[in-house]
Amino acid sequence: MKVTVDEDKCCGAGQCVLIAPEVFDQREDDGIVIILDAEPPEQLRVPVREAAGVCPAAAIVLSEIA
Amino acid sequence: MNVPSGVLALRAKQQEGPLARVRLWDGSTPWLVTRYAEQRALLADPRVSADISRPGYPSSAPVNGSSTVSFILMDDPEHARLRRMVTAPFAIKRVEALRPAVQKIVDELIDDMLAGPKPVDLVEAFALPVPSLVICELLGVPYSDHDFFQDNSKTIIKRDASPEQRMAALGHLAGYLDNLLDEKLASPGDDMLSRLTERIKTGELSRREAAQMGVLLLIAGHETTANMIALGTLALLENPDQLALLRDTDDEKLVVSAVEELLRYLHITHNGRRRVALEDIEIAGQLIRAGEGLIMANDIGNRDPDAFPDPDRLDIRRDARHHVAFGFGVHQCLGQPLARLELQIVYSTLYRRIPTLRLATDLEQIPFKHDGSVYGVYELPVTWWLFPRTADRQRPRQPRGSHESDHRPGQVRRFRTVRGRRRGRVRSARRGRHRRAAQPRPAGGAGRRRPARGGGLPGAGHPHRGVTSGPIQS
Ligand code: HEM
Ligand code: SF4
Repeated sequence: MKVTVDEDKCCGAGQCVLIAPEVFDQREDDGIVIILDAEPPEQLRVPVREAAGVCPAAAIVLSEIA
Repeated sequence: MNVPSGVLALRAKQQEGPLARVRLWDGSTPWLVTRYAEQRALLADPRVSADISRPGYPSSAPVNGSSTVSFILMDDPEHARLRRMVTAPFAIKRVEALRPAVQKIVDELIDDMLAGPKPVDLVEAFALPVPSLVICELLGVPYSDHDFFQDNSKTIIKRDASPEQRMAALGHLAGYLDNLLDEKLASPGDDMLSRLTERIKTGELSRREAAQMGVLLLIAGHETTANMIALGTLALLENPDQLALLRDTDDEKLVVSAVEELLRYLHITHNGRRRVALEDIEIAGQLIRAGEGLIMANDIGNRDPDAFPDPDRLDIRRDARHHVAFGFGVHQCLGQPLARLELQIVYSTLYRRIPTLRLATDLEQIPFKHDGSVYGVYELPVTWWLFPRTADRQRPRQPRGSHESDHRPGQVRRFRTVRGRRRGRVRSARRGRHRRAAQPRPAGGAGRRRPARGGGLPGAGHPHRGVTSGPIQS
């Protein structure tokens, strides 16, 4: 699984950080999302999917790596 | 199952379809969006505007074009530009770092309550001061002014306030914030308003924008969080099995999920999310035309059985974190990490420190907020036994009510007066309900909500909040 984020869309509500803190964090200066692990391991797929699902700004994009 | 009539009315609409036309006070006929999936889709849609000054915006009361309270009523890119200036202090980790300070505030307020007279109004003594003290600290606003800004923010969210009254209240707050900005410019501190003055100096932010933002931040988290504390406590007292679970747990995860579930179940922002379509939008087989208003009834969205099985049941163990109590889309609550922190601390502290907490009056005497855009209770008289274990053992031998003989007469009278004054707001209080309330409740989650027409738990009144008549044919 590959995770990308669209910083322009992110509204910094932090839902992703709550659900998958191993994968997402927020920038110090403006609270916008940063990715800690762009290719999270198998066991983090479920929380990462959930984070993408609750992201209010549709800023998290998931894709499968072949 | 006893479900409030307001919920039933909205549910009937929800079952008919995701969108229905409704008629507002001004004769306009916006769409009422009742299903979770469509609400989320529309709130996240950039073709949907939150700008109250656009024609077609379904306002809940007459508006004056210039009454904008900062970015909550703006669209991107302006909204994002302003919101990003104040997002950092609400980031998860920054807020988490406030936990000890917020815990201290909560503990001290409980100390004061325990040391003071009984019964006490939980709203005044606890529910309002918690968010107030916290946001004052963060913003750098003197807490001693809280009467002033609480009164004004009440006017702003009051449904029946005239546009003039609302404008005046906003004006007072903006003037107040403007003065504070002066003080911060002269001697900056370690707070959010001081950070904003730095942006005024660099020209990123105008003085007016900064003051409006200050107003938004000052008022957005007050009534909301306070109502969640008081109404949440009432809901738990009415669901003693859930209260016991929460009070007796050592599992922090259960506290976290209880907060999400209470946010979902109570959904206090009863006016819905209001928007207007910028372009034609096709959704769920309907065509929303550019310029048409949209009201996302997030409270019934939070009770959409497709998203939350057995939705009328309060179940603090369920996974409810996909609720829309904080809205959805780019306007989703900025303060949600802070609100969560406050509620987690409150719900995990109050009932543990006062395990015998109970209502000091009958449910039907409690004045519910039917006249504002944020639902809750005006006051919640509570009392408790000081020494829980002994008192519990002695309770059956005491004549009913004797434990309240230590009331200070003045205190009791105060409640009576206030209640009398507000009685008009408690509509159609039902006789004899308190007798049922005093009986042990049946086991099992469902069916414990009282029908609560008029007064009651969430969704009890105003089936369409601000909507004056039922659906019309379109
Ligand atoms: C339990 C308490 C709270 C609830 C239920 C709540 C609910 C909401 C909702 C539903 C919205 C979305 C409005 C819309 O889409 O039109 C919102 C926005 C907002 N909330 Fe909260 N809120 C709470 C606490 C707070 C706190 C503590 C703050 C802190 C200052 C806060 C600040 C804001 C701000 C600034 C916005 C505007 C965000 C934007 O437009 O981008 N809220 N809130
Ligand atoms: S959930 Fe979405 S909007 Fe919120 S911080 Fe994460 S990426 Fe940004």
